Parts: sequence; structure tokens; C-alpha cells
Amino acid sequence: MPTLTLVQAVNDALKTAMRRDKSVLVFGQDVGPKGGVFLATEGLTNEFGKERCFDTPLSEDGIVGAAIGMAINGLRPVAEIQFQDFIFPAFDQIVSEAAKLRYRSGGQYTAPMVIRTPYGGGIRGGLYHSQSGEAYFCHTPGLKVVVPSTPADAKGLLLASIADPDPVLFLEPKALYRSIKEEVPEGHYTVDLGVLRGVRDGSDCVVFCYGAMVPVAVKAAEQAAELGHSVRVIDLRTLLPLDEEGVLEHAKQVGRVVVLHEAPRFCGFGAEISAMIAEHAIEYMDAPVVRVTGFDTPFPNTLEHHYLPDARRVLDAIERVMAY
Amino acid sequence: MKTETPLSVIQANGKASGYDPGLSKEELLHCYRTMLLVRAFDDTALKLQRSGRIGFSIPNKGIEATQVGAASALAKTDWIFPSYRDFGMALYHGVPAVQMMHNMFGNAADSARGRQMPVHFSFIEPIKFFSISSPIGTHLPQAVGAAYAMKLRKEPHVALVSFGDGGTSSLGFHSGMNFAAVWKVPVVFLCQNNGYAISCPVEEQTASDGFAIKAQAYGMPGVVVDGNDLLAVRKAVAEAVALARKGGGPTLIEAKTFRMGGHSTSDDPTRYVPKELVEEWAKKDPVLRFESYLGAKGMWNEKLRAEFEASCKEEITAAVREAEAVGHPPLETIFTDVYEQLPPHLRRQGQEAFELARRKGDAAAGDGAFPL
Repeated sequence: MPTLTLVQAVNDALKTAMRRDKSVLVFGQDVGPKGGVFLATEGLTNEFGKERCFDTPLSEDGIVGAAIGMAINGLRPVAEIQFQDFIFPAFDQIVSEAAKLRYRSGGQYTAPMVIRTPYGGGIRGGLYHSQSGEAYFCHTPGLKVVVPSTPADAKGLLLASIADPDPVLFLEPKALYRSIKEEVPEGHYTVDLGVLRGVRDGSDCVVFCYGAMVPVAVKAAEQAAELGHSVRVIDLRTLLPLDEEGVLEHAKQVGRVVVLHEAPRFCGFGAEISAMIAEHAIEYMDAPVVRVTGFDTPFPNTLEHHYLPDARRVLDAIERVMAY
Repeated sequence: MKTETPLSVIQANGKASGYDPGLSKEELLHCYRTMLLVRAFDDTALKLQRSGRIGFSIPNKGIEATQVGAASALAKTDWIFPSYRDFGMALYHGVPAVQMMHNMFGNAADSARGRQMPVHFSFIEPIKFFSISSPIGTHLPQAVGAAYAMKLRKEPHVALVSFGDGGTSSLGFHSGMNFAAVWKVPVVFLCQNNGYAISCPVEEQTASDGFAIKAQAYGMPGVVVDGNDLLAVRKAVAEAVALARKGGGPTLIEAKTFRMGGHSTSDDPTRYVPKELVEEWAKKDPVLRFESYLGAKGMWNEKLRAEFEASCKEEITAAVREAEAVGHPPLETIFTDVYEQLPPHLRRQGQEAFELARRKGDAAAGDGAFPL
């Protein structure tokens, strides 16, 4: 098995899908000969031609709108939005159109399509190259929202997303694009959407997280172990539809919960996890749920290391939960 | 820039000038009857709304020639991306009036299962009449994407996308026009300049001299036609379709017409449309215009109109009778078609809704647990 970075695994998934299915197309800004600003689409135009991997005008609304049109007419578009921060001109197309199309047409028209976009901080990108906007999209019935945290998952989840009959927003943690390498199976395989992944076992406390926060949680859990706390780490992988049963099962088993994400706290994804536990598992809880998140501020540039949750903050939350 | 004189074909004496539509008598009369059918549908929908039997409708009076003229230039294998004021295109291509009426009543037989407001149709047969959404202009880039698929597969089809004067200010107009021209895909952009975007007159929509001129900057042909002249619209659309089919890319057509009614049944146009303007356009009624053409060809008389009006009314009345007898969609249709497969959280929410309805005694026949 080849050893790949996360961004190489994305590239491998795109090539695998395009080799298998001629209806799969990749397009967006600078994804053609340049291969994308992060090189996720490197080599695709060369191998598949400019009819199947091509640059578009600089318009997110146009990219996603056109993807919907391709999807209803038999293609399997994989559109790239260069940074998730720039997706908002396409918000209408995603939320009002792609996500509602099956519903509003009684299934006559559907939009099996993937929108890939790098999200999150850690690259000194400031306000507009760092945001984590998953909560906006998780509030959208009809859409699926997927966030990988390892190269092997990135490939399997992306291939599953491309094969999925519904529109998928595929959020790639750009901080992890090149920071980790692992063996990634060759050829076609899928990782089921809507199923969480146990990353690390533990019996005292569980940290629910996703994307770039997964290695942060693991580091904090290792540090907690030295203090005598056995911390479980769960990678949610698919935020919508969420593996609710899995979340509740882990929460009930362990009884102490930390929720971790880099997006702002207020109405963030952690609020949903926290509310779900309050509604369905409160009697199993030994401590209140604690959230570790970005601050309710825009994303800062110079001080991003203070904004982004790190192992220090997660460990602090674990200790608070354990001390309750 | 100077105002371009809109292309017209049917002259004051009813004779066609400079264009032979190449339509048989039967086809010409089908165009004529479709316009009358739209009018009958409109009249009935207004009465249904005013008497509280349906919630809403969108009048089409004044726009019928644009709708039918454009539709007549399309093949059944082409796609229509309509606005909410375009259903004459669907009727022309043979979508049964009763299917539309199911939507007006939001009943169980509606293709959208009663999920959308009235007039937000979706049809796939006998022609792709794409699901209508309320946000303005979103369907322009979608038409471009569908046309990209046609081009990629080397199919000789086109996508016609229809929108109003207000739609030209939308994000989707810019991205749709730009992408279509850059990609050179087979799209016909049909701008129905009907004078008003709800209450907002054209001069508050754009400072440019009309809309067709905007095509130039995008790098495609722009044509202005008299939208009340069915043959002029047909000619312009047919030429744009022919160009698109042979790989020549998109065209923007501006059809100058006038919305003789309100924006919708919730709107009172007398608050903002000058009376004189309505009177002026009433003289240009697209149905009368086409009658003069048929008359000059010896195909029309008052008796024919009376016969057609009666048969249209009968068709619409029968559609109402049938649609009104169909009940509401079952409760489960709130939860289905969100995703292809019902995810666990929707299954749970659905079960909770059924359970509550059962306990409170307001579950309807057919409501119940999801099939496993």
C-alpha cells in the first residue's frame, strides 16, 4: 500500500473515481493545469482531458449552480471551492437548490454531487482562509456534510460521497493536508457515510471531535493518560446525517463528555451534541458536557494559535470534567 | 446606445413579414389554443384563490405569446428551466392541465407531493420542465450545467432558461451568462421583460438600454423581440436553438411584453401600474395579435374562438374537479425525499409526529409508520 498525505489521498480518490466512471467531472478555480492551490487535483487534466477536469470563471455561485445542472442531467460533478471561506456566494445554490431539489420535485430531479472545500485554521490565513463553517450547512436538511481526518478515511469517504445519491459538502481539514501520512489502500473502496470512528479507547471521558481537531484530541488524551485519566477519542466523520446512536452509546458508556471543534461556540456543532446528550442520555452523565471551541470572534491571524483549540485547552477541559 | 427596434413578424394587417414559421394549420391552432388554455387556467386559478380553495396563483395574462412562441421552437428532447410565469410552455408540450392542478391544490397526486406553493411545478414528461424554485435567477447556472452535459455527450439538445426583467439583476444572471459564453454551451436565455419586477419598474432595475444589449459584454448574441408576437418569439428562439444545436453557443433573447395582471394573487398592481399603460398594452393583446395572423390566413373566426374557449374551460373545469377530489399527501411525505434513504433522525422525528397525531386524534387516513 502506498503511503500518502491527506491531500494525496484526495487526489487518489478523484483519479480512482474518474477512472471508474466517465460521468465524474472535476472543476473549480485553478483546478486544471495548475492542479489546485493545494495540488488536490494535480494531474487530472493531463490524464482525463480538459473536458473532465477544468478551470471555471471566478464565481462560486456559478460553480455550484452549474454542478447542480450537470447532476440533474446525468453527470457526477465534483466541484471545488478553493477555500470554504469563499463558499458563501454559493450558499443559495447549496441551501435553496441542491439540498431541496429532491424534496421539491418529489424525486423527479436529484443532485448527486460533491462540493469539496478546504476548511479550518492553522495556516496563518486570517479571517478569510481559516474558517470552519460546518454549522451553517449542518442546519440544512437534504445536504450531507462530511469531514475526514486521516488519509485513508479521506479517500474512502470521498469515494462514498461521489457515489452518494444526495449532495455532499466535503470539508477537507487543510491543516492536515500534509501533516500526516499513512498507508492508503489502492483502487476503489468506500467508507460509509453516517458512521463515526473510534480513534482511541478510554473509559473515563470521551472527546467527540472531527477533522483537524482529531489529532489535537489524541495528543490531549495521551497527556491525560499520564495524569491517570483514560480518555476515549471519537471522530464523528459525518456531521450530517450524524451517527446519533453511536454518539449516545459512547456518551452513556463513559459518562463524561468533552466536545471539540475549531468553529465558534455559539450555535456550533458542539451545541447539537451537547443538547442530544441532555435530551437522551442525561441520566448517564457524571458531569456536565464541556465544549472546547474557537472563540465567538472572527478568526484572527497573528494570534491564531490562541484561537485554535490545542491539546493544552483540551486537557484543561478533560481535567475539569474529571474533577466534577 | 440606441434602442433597438424589437423584431416583429405579425404586421398590423395580420400578415407575417420576413418569416415563415413552417407550421401546419394544426400546429398553428395548437399554439392558439394553448394561449387560450393558459388564460382559462389563469381565470380559474384566480377564482379558486379568491374563494379560498387554493392559496395562491401567478397570472400569465399578456405573456402567453412569449411562452408559447418559445415553447414551439423546442423539441421534446430539449430542457426548459422555467420561471414561475411560464407554464404555457408546459401546456404547449402536452403536460396535462390536471397535473398542474394537482400542484395548485398541493394534493397527494402533485409531483412535488404538496411540498411547494402553487405554481411551483416540476415535470419530467413529456418534456423536462425543471422544478421551479422561488429564489430568482438560481436556475440560470443550472441550465448552463445541464447544457454542459449535453455538449460533453455531443447531444443535439438545448436548455432554454426563462426569467423576468428582475432576474437580470441576480447573481445567477451574471454567473449563468458568463459561464455559458465561456463554455460555449447550448443555452437559450429568454428574458421576459414584462415591465415590472413585482412593483419595481424596469428603469429601477437597470440603467442600461434594455436587456439584450447585456449579451454583448458576455460575448454572445443579444436579440430584442416583440414578446406579444408569437411568431417573432418563435423565430428568435428557433434561430438561437439552431445556433446552439450546431455548437455556436448561447444567445440572450429579450422579449418585450407586459404583465397584464398582478405579480400574484397576493398583489394589487393598481397601486403601482399607471392605468394608461395597461390600456396601451391591452391593445397589443398577444391573443388578438395571433388571431389577426390566423384570420389573414383564413384559419380563424369568432366561432372558432368560442369553440376553443369552451373546450379550454371544460378541460380546466374537469382538471379542478379531479384535483380537488384528491386528498392531502400523507404525513410521511414531510420526511421522505429529503434524502434518497430515510436517515435515522428523520425516521425518529417522523415516528414522533405520527405518535402525537395519533394521541391527539388528528391523524388522517394513510398516516402511519414508515414502511420498513
